[in-house]
Amino acid sequence: MTAPLHETSAGEATATVDGAPDAPGTPDNSGASKAIEGRSPWKIAWTRLKRDKLALAGAFVVVFLILVAIFAPVIVGLLGHPPDEFHEDQIDPLFGTPIGSWGGVSSDFLFGVEPVNGRDVFSRIVYGARISLLVAFLAAVFAVFLGTVLGVIAGYFGGWVDAALSRVMDVMLAFPQLLFTIALVSVLPNEFLGLDGSGVRIAALVLVIGFFGWPYVGRIVRGQTLSLRNREYVEAAQSLGAGRFYILRRELLPNLLAPIMVYATLMIPTNILTEAALSFLGAGVKPPTASWGQMLSTAITTYESDPLFMVIPGLAIFITVLAFNLFGDGVRDALDPKGSR
Amino acid sequence: MLKSSQRRIAAGALLAAATMVVTTACGGGSGDNGGGKGKAGAAGFNAAVNKVANASDKKGGELKFIGSQEADNWDPQRGYYGFVWDFARYYTRQLVTFKAEPGAASTELVPDLATDAGKVSDDGLTYTFTLKDGITWEDGKPITSKDIKYGIERIWAQDVISGGPIYLQQVLDPKGEYKGPYKDTAADKLGLKAIETPDDKTIIFKLPVANGDFLQMLAMPAASPVRQDKDTKAKYGLKPFSSGPYKWESYTPNKSIKLVRNDKWDAKTDTVRKALPDRISVTFTTNADDMDNRLVEGEYDLDINATGVGAAARQKVLQQHKDNVDNPQTGFIRYAVFPQTVIPNIECRKAIIYAADSKSLQTARGGPQAGGDIASNMLPPALKGADAKYDPYGKLAGAPDLAKAKEALKKCGKPDGFKTTIAVRNNKKIEIATAESLQQSLKAVGIDAQIDQFDGAQTSGIIGSPKVVKEKGYGIIIMGWGADFPTGQGFLQPLVDGRFILQSGNNNFSELNDKAVNGLFDQALKETDPTKAGELYKQINTKVSEAAVYLPFTHEKNIIWRSSRLTNVYTADAYNGRYDYASLGVVK
Repeated sequence: MTAPLHETSAGEATATVDGAPDAPGTPDNSGASKAIEGRSPWKIAWTRLKRDKLALAGAFVVVFLILVAIFAPVIVGLLGHPPDEFHEDQIDPLFGTPIGSWGGVSSDFLFGVEPVNGRDVFSRIVYGARISLLVAFLAAVFAVFLGTVLGVIAGYFGGWVDAALSRVMDVMLAFPQLLFTIALVSVLPNEFLGLDGSGVRIAALVLVIGFFGWPYVGRIVRGQTLSLRNREYVEAAQSLGAGRFYILRRELLPNLLAPIMVYATLMIPTNILTEAALSFLGAGVKPPTASWGQMLSTAITTYESDPLFMVIPGLAIFITVLAFNLFGDGVRDALDPKGSR
Repeated sequence: MLKSSQRRIAAGALLAAATMVVTTACGGGSGDNGGGKGKAGAAGFNAAVNKVANASDKKGGELKFIGSQEADNWDPQRGYYGFVWDFARYYTRQLVTFKAEPGAASTELVPDLATDAGKVSDDGLTYTFTLKDGITWEDGKPITSKDIKYGIERIWAQDVISGGPIYLQQVLDPKGEYKGPYKDTAADKLGLKAIETPDDKTIIFKLPVANGDFLQMLAMPAASPVRQDKDTKAKYGLKPFSSGPYKWESYTPNKSIKLVRNDKWDAKTDTVRKALPDRISVTFTTNADDMDNRLVEGEYDLDINATGVGAAARQKVLQQHKDNVDNPQTGFIRYAVFPQTVIPNIECRKAIIYAADSKSLQTARGGPQAGGDIASNMLPPALKGADAKYDPYGKLAGAPDLAKAKEALKKCGKPDGFKTTIAVRNNKKIEIATAESLQQSLKAVGIDAQIDQFDGAQTSGIIGSPKVVKEKGYGIIIMGWGADFPTGQGFLQPLVDGRFILQSGNNNFSELNDKAVNGLFDQALKETDPTKAGELYKQINTKVSEAAVYLPFTHEKNIIWRSSRLTNVYTADAYNGRYDYASLGVVK
């Protein structure tokens, strides 16, 4: 068996694996009546992904959310109010809850208003998407970068380097990440690295979540590297006199791309949940910056009289995580059809 | 494609979420249709505020307290929570205590173990008390002046008997010469020189410096008698030996307390405690929302902590059970304070005060009922010398005065505003909400305030340390304060007397150190006439307002639950608006 994604053997792989419209994982050559054309493994993966309705739905939601986050000011300008603006005229001063029914939902306030201060929930959800996605993406990028570099080094060089890095990963995985983050955030200075206000918190969240996420990537990359470095094509390259870094870059990394991509997409929803949990516990971005976890935590005090204010950020987190998970699953299935859990 | 089980779970979860939306929404909607009158026997909204509701002398039954906060300690010398002081009268007696009257009348001190409220020498330095006949411990032995002295001496043993108020120690032994009864070399362990007990019926206090509030300090549970042979030191709080109408039957910390009648207590010697119920029980729960629900369902009679119905149950309680609700003032002021080391210019501080939106701050505190009335100065209305109408910055109007704020900014030399930081405890949601409200209204005049949430458990080391406050640049600190005893000294002195600035555990956050203010305190402390002392506190209050270091938000109010079973209920200013527990009874 050749490595399905290795460029030099791509043609072969196509002939055996492609053309399985409804029976994934089982090679079926009935559709091979068409002329066999050389297709790159990425093209094949794309074809498979396109057939996966759930993954496409997930991808659609993901793209939608990214657009919402990028164009938050425009969207809020058209449909909402500034996210920090108080609307106390919408609040019953006696109870601190919205005057209107259903949490104050109206054509003016699409998702209602926040209890006590009357801020527009719609605007805060839209701006909250920015924080969630920004932190999750950057943390995933940071974790994948660290994890790939250190994982490849551990797997390729082996020996004491591998032993040392593997123990470091074990230690990292056993570290109480949530507690550490809460403690760290409470001693964080107000200004740092030229950032201030919420910038400091966002940077801290990205660094901490990313830093504790890399061993997961590192382990997988290390394992893959270990199995790849003894393949014939690597040995061939070695016998032709290729240097270590040439082999790392040209022979190993392209083959590692698939598991890394899969892991990166599946890491984002986890990061979103971690960010929400930290915000919920008060270790997220600073008020008045909107974040979903923080909204949930505020909603606890009024869940009986204004349940909608708890449901909306909960749904936002839920839909986002679900969409990323569906999309991530689809990507994995498309890139590695033999994979199963 | 391979359909993994994870996807099916995901799809199921979506369905579950959709169901959740529908069901919770219905649950919330049904809250609106009650609106009926309270249960039979409910005395009506505010029926027990400053007046007696369901007056009765009928004995019997079990009075059932519930609480979400356990006492810091039930040892009379170690408790500092207000509800402990209120509850302690069930099992302790003092030389003098607060009168059993509703509202402001409760702040009057009446003799309890003593035959009268003490004979004071002309220089105000000597207090002499004679004990009543027939006062006994729960085992029938008489309470002597030596027991009272020993109880008070325990305050000096701060290494063992920690946590309680130390006013008596500061007033009787300001130099700290006495080392406490456990290190006392005298055979009878009664080595404190400031208290003399010439015989079992007489006790004499000798003060080095006069203090007009000395009787207030003797009325605290910390001045209760403790008998030497029953003193279990640090463990005394687990089963205090009773001198009051009830004795401890059982106690499991964080779970429950049971008190039963002390048959040795003679009602004829006690003009204050009614002792109506046969039994008193306290149940502790960790879930405050659950506690509110069980109160509403009638399982328990009242919340021992009396910190008010939580936000979750507030609407239900006020709409459907209003007749079971009292809404008294607690004597607390919620405020923002401006450390002068960070914002030295008075005009900049005035700009903050003018720009603040009192109405919005009040809403953030919970509105006029759960939060309280808008405050315009720093003396709670129940104290002598207070004037709730004194409003130098026009805060009672309930709206920011942007014109004056901008003018003040110009005078301060920062017409476009400035940057500062609001420090707020991270464990108090309401305080974070007030910080956001303040931040929002300051933005209107260009003052950019960042909110810094610090660990609420570290208060004394963070905002209580002037050094940390300066380093962190806390220009605005959000806090609250209630008096230990109902006078200007008890409320204001720790907040504004310059000699009370501490390096750790500081409460004078503004670091106000004004000779005139300090001098007025010295004068007021010597004054034995409460009305004259009140005049002096009024002057102090004016000077503090003029210094523009405080922005008061509200005179705090609580929404407290009064079950329909309770009789003889009334709120007492002496207990920060809580009911006078010693007077309560129940219908069987």
